[in-house]
Amino acid sequence: MKKSPHLSRNEFVTFALGVLGTIMGALVGLPAIGYLLSPALKVRSGEAWIALGPLENYPIGVPTLFTFTRSKVNGWEKTVNSYGVFVLRKSEHEVVVYSNVCTHLSCRVNWQETSAEFICPCHDGRFSIDGDVTHGPPPRPLERYETKIEDGNLSIHFMEG
Amino acid sequence: MASKALTWLDERLGLSAIYRVVLDRKVPKVNWWFTLGSASLFLFMMQGITGIFLTVYYVPSPDHAYDSIQFIMNEVAFGWLIRGIHHWGATLMVLIVFAHMLRTFYYAAYKYPRELTWVSGVVLLLATLGMGFTGYLLPWNQRSLWATVVGTEIPGTLPLLGPWITRILRGGEDLSAVTLARFFSAHIWLLPAVLAAVIGVHIYLVIRLGISHIPTEED
Repeated sequence: MKKSPHLSRNEFVTFALGVLGTIMGALVGLPAIGYLLSPALKVRSGEAWIALGPLENYPIGVPTLFTFTRSKVNGWEKTVNSYGVFVLRKSEHEVVVYSNVCTHLSCRVNWQETSAEFICPCHDGRFSIDGDVTHGPPPRPLERYETKIEDGNLSIHFMEG
Repeated sequence: MASKALTWLDERLGLSAIYRVVLDRKVPKVNWWFTLGSASLFLFMMQGITGIFLTVYYVPSPDHAYDSIQFIMNEVAFGWLIRGIHHWGATLMVLIVFAHMLRTFYYAAYKYPRELTWVSGVVLLLATLGMGFTGYLLPWNQRSLWATVVGTEIPGTLPLLGPWITRILRGGEDLSAVTLARFFSAHIWLLPAVLAAVIGVHIYLVIRLGISHIPTEED
């Protein structure tokens, strides 16, 4: 039998199945890739300017603790973290804001008025009023935040979270 | 080159023999009702694939089940599509499997020598319903919770064994985290394993025995 130049019924079905299968596979397969990757591709910035209130609230020359919380959402889970910063007003318009996290193992440091230094309760790390290490294991000075004063109100640039 | 590679593989794997036996086998003249078995198999694979994808985000714990599904529906790209296919595919699968059974029954295709095909099909129908029942609880919303409360209470009305069956289904006195965990386990491990194995037997029998023709006046 001479082969017909037209598609045979069998060839047509094979071809149609192949085309339909490819379309259906792509319709489900491509979204499936997006489904797997999408949480990884979402970039959420925890960056924010945190308002610490009027500058007058902070006494000159004494580090004053300010606490705030930041919430973080991962998938369906929301975590609220609390943070503390020491605001040191050096003069009328000059201000430094330290993180209260010890640079050794992340314990929270306290300001001790009598000895005029920051003391970490965990391993007796000590920092001067300028945030420099004066004693103990901390490898670096206390972290500082970028500050901004607008209309007499103080804000810090919060990066993590 | 491609055909050479295929020949090389075929000599060693016997692919063309498998193709001839499985897909090129002789069948009597049949109608569209005879596609329901293939449709059931397709839906089973579809449910398997979308189900695997859902487990990427779903967490079978009372604390997270509902929220993780909200996350799939609202946050994950195409999560609504994957879950939608799984949700509607489940309903469709029960319908198709049931219609497949009705076709076999009305065409008397369960008779000699195909009794075991029918029996394995009954196991597959029950396992499919089991998949529907266990999957219904997993969203952990009001409807799925109370449906499962009722569903696990029904066998409890059996004399003697009833309360015991209810406790086994629930993993205790009440519907709880234990129930959710064991329904999840049954839904993604136990029942799919049973389904896959019995589908293998079912299809082997179909290929071995061939399918019966549509009954005529003489039959």
